[in-house]
Amino acid sequence: MHSDFTNHGDTKKRRFNFLRASASSWFARLLLWIPVLLFLLSFFFFPLSKILSLTFNLETFTDLNNPLIARDSLLFTFYQAFLSTLLTFALGLPAAILFAKFDFRGKSLLRALTAVPFMLPTVVVAAAFINVQRLTFDVSPFILILIAHTFYNASIVIRIVGNAISRLDPKLEASARSLGADTFHVWKDVIFPILRPSLLAAALLVFMFDFTSFGVILLLGGSQFATLEVEIYIRALQLPNLNLAALLSVIQLIFTLIFSILYTRTINQVQTQTAPRFSIARQPKTFQEKLFVTTLCILLSAFFLLPLLSLPIRSLTRLESDRGQRAEVQYGFTTDYYEELFINRRGSLFYVPPVQAAANSLGFAGITVILSLALGYPAAYALAKPTRLEKFLDPFLMLPLGASAVMMGLGFILSFGRLIASPFFIPIAHTLIALPFVIRTLQPALASIPERLRQAASTLGASPIRVWQTVDFPILARATLSAATFAFTVSLGEFGATLLITRPEYPTIPISIQRFLSQPGGLNYGQAMAMATVLMLLTTLSILLIEKLRFNNAGEF
Amino acid sequence: MSKLPSAFRFLLLAFCLLLSACAPAGPATLTVMTHDSFAISEDVVIAFETANNVDVVFLQSGDTGSMLNKAILSKDAPLADVMFGVDNTFLSRALEADIFDAYQSPALSDVPAEFVLDSSFRALPVDYGDVCINYDKKYFEENNLAVPASFEDLVKPEYNGLLVVQSPATSSPGLAFMLATRAYFGDGFLDYWQSLKDNGVVVVDGWETAYYTNFSASSGQGPQPMVVSYASSPAAEVFFASESLTESPTASIVASGMCFRQIEFVGILKNGQNRAITEKFVDFMLSKQFQEDMPLNMFVYPVNQTAQLPDVFTQHAQVADQPASITYDEIAANRDAWIEAWADVMK
Repeated sequence: MHSDFTNHGDTKKRRFNFLRASASSWFARLLLWIPVLLFLLSFFFFPLSKILSLTFNLETFTDLNNPLIARDSLLFTFYQAFLSTLLTFALGLPAAILFAKFDFRGKSLLRALTAVPFMLPTVVVAAAFINVQRLTFDVSPFILILIAHTFYNASIVIRIVGNAISRLDPKLEASARSLGADTFHVWKDVIFPILRPSLLAAALLVFMFDFTSFGVILLLGGSQFATLEVEIYIRALQLPNLNLAALLSVIQLIFTLIFSILYTRTINQVQTQTAPRFSIARQPKTFQEKLFVTTLCILLSAFFLLPLLSLPIRSLTRLESDRGQRAEVQYGFTTDYYEELFINRRGSLFYVPPVQAAANSLGFAGITVILSLALGYPAAYALAKPTRLEKFLDPFLMLPLGASAVMMGLGFILSFGRLIASPFFIPIAHTLIALPFVIRTLQPALASIPERLRQAASTLGASPIRVWQTVDFPILARATLSAATFAFTVSLGEFGATLLITRPEYPTIPISIQRFLSQPGGLNYGQAMAMATVLMLLTTLSILLIEKLRFNNAGEF
Repeated sequence: MSKLPSAFRFLLLAFCLLLSACAPAGPATLTVMTHDSFAISEDVVIAFETANNVDVVFLQSGDTGSMLNKAILSKDAPLADVMFGVDNTFLSRALEADIFDAYQSPALSDVPAEFVLDSSFRALPVDYGDVCINYDKKYFEENNLAVPASFEDLVKPEYNGLLVVQSPATSSPGLAFMLATRAYFGDGFLDYWQSLKDNGVVVVDGWETAYYTNFSASSGQGPQPMVVSYASSPAAEVFFASESLTESPTASIVASGMCFRQIEFVGILKNGQNRAITEKFVDFMLSKQFQEDMPLNMFVYPVNQTAQLPDVFTQHAQVADQPASITYDEIAANRDAWIEAWADVMK
């Protein structure tokens, strides 16, 4: 899937025809930013300021308990995020090397598999994890949280670091060796310095996701593992202390902003590395290489496949035959749960036909795709040739990832009142989350459009439209598709938006899973697993699509 | 650059869509704010809608705590006309925040006075349910273990690690169970929780995790044979069994004082619209038709004494003999302090 024209080296020197006339003028650049800024101002900063202005004040500090709670949860948040990041790298780094350096059968499937968890809703991941944990061994909830974070975020390391490794020019290593460097020195003096920005970028992003993790911690650990986000949830909704919740939110936002600034700085260095024009991946040759590939493939398959497979298996297994009647539990194959999905036994108003839930999910995901592409494209164009304005604005695009969903939900209510019952707010909330991913996917593609090729084409007499068709379009089409798929899967799995308000007329798949799990009974559990399987299949298919169409340099997030 | 105008056009379109989606059209709309566990049969709602020429819209707003906070925050411009689902553990907060208008529904005549906690009729009782420990019958039979008959029994070594509860900070059954221990032990309830902790009680964040992940008799087949749930859960196990059962795999411990009775209320939100229809809807929620529809939808008991219970309830659900007695005023005054103290013990 390597493109022929991926020279990133002179991004900064490049000039785009279509921007040339206006690029220098601040005003035109501002125009590119207007849609996304308008969107973020209305649906992020405005609700956020509404809730914070009502609840945040410095008097919160006068109750000595509050700063103590803030300090403790901040420390614990850092602690668990640090350990989670370490563990994620312990698995992700070897995997990144594996995917970048070697070709083997089933590679794209395994690669897709590692990316699936990132897109799955927490309820499903937690259920999957607990299924597996029970089969294997008892680990403490804290360890389980760390493992689940690894499961979620290993794909970030694989993507970012893996891309950087695959872009390493093999000549560098060869010349270092010819000058007498051994393997250790090749890595220490040549490879590591080049990889450093990508390692840093991946670490920052993983750390940021672990830092704001919420569902995983609550579901697997419980409220005694009080990270900032968990503490915000408890203080905002359960123990009414909105002032403390606001204080914690501000702390979390400040740290997110710091991480975002650091991240955008480092990711820009990643993109200015030299890239080879061909894939460096090859079949493993030596015994050590074969051992490395085989061991890691088995390890990765077990780690990612077991939890994911447990859902479809549970959704097709009957295991409660006459539980109450002291008969032996019978394990058997059944499609009951899937059939039951189509029956509204109680004539309930809140019954969700699975096809409708899927249709709603797909519909919201579709709107999210359109919305985030429409907003993301202009911003990505601007970011492709960053000036001081872009460098300043860039980190703010990531900020929604660090805002507490609970506080945002309350902010939405204060800002929009009865309007938030409109179904349109669901894709808006999804777009807030999807936008950073979409922009990060489009930007490198837009930046990589080779100017020399465009010039050559027009010198040979091609019309501007023809130039666009033959040079720009092939690159843009793939990047757009993979950005769209990102937005699509983020929307499919996003559950946080229900912290706003849900209308029973428009339930999505994650909501219907939640509904099944809210009442006792084997049938409910089985149906939840069946719906989770449907969601997982949709997500896996989308990710396989990303993998197939992935633009070589896209996917840095 | 060509992307820009189309993006603008799209935004414009988006906002138009947004506005048109909310513009009033057709018959009047009655908006009901509920928690996520609310459920009702379609034909019951349609009956009300046709009788009163109104569209009923339900807004599910998270768990009870989330819903209440949203209602309090939006007090001046309410999101809905009526709110259902505040229970007696949250009632005081709702009344203090003054979000309800009083309405003495004539339908209250069929409701026993013990359920009408707010004497000024701002919050009217709709249903109740007992939060009790549920146990895995098979586990206790196979292990020849007696079912614990009191709170004191639970800290005996033979029950070490066998009970899973929800955190009162994040779960309403969790809070209810903690309140039952507070009612029983008084200020000594924290010592009791220390002994429960020493005896390996497992604390999780919410009902779903406790029931489906930790409880051994649910389909999740977890490690603990005892879970804090509802006295109606055994009936739900039968009703939602994947094969028809004649007996529930679970039962509740309904010994005196070991259960907490949750009562759920409906209230007319201040500054709402359509007062006349809203009152009719409150009457409707207390009517026999609605009250008989509730049990199988939400697995709660009707407060209307004329309502008939479905068979699966009379056969498999239990009612606590003497639920813990603790007034909502007492809960109001101490709720947060108790939860904080509990959290300190369980750290």
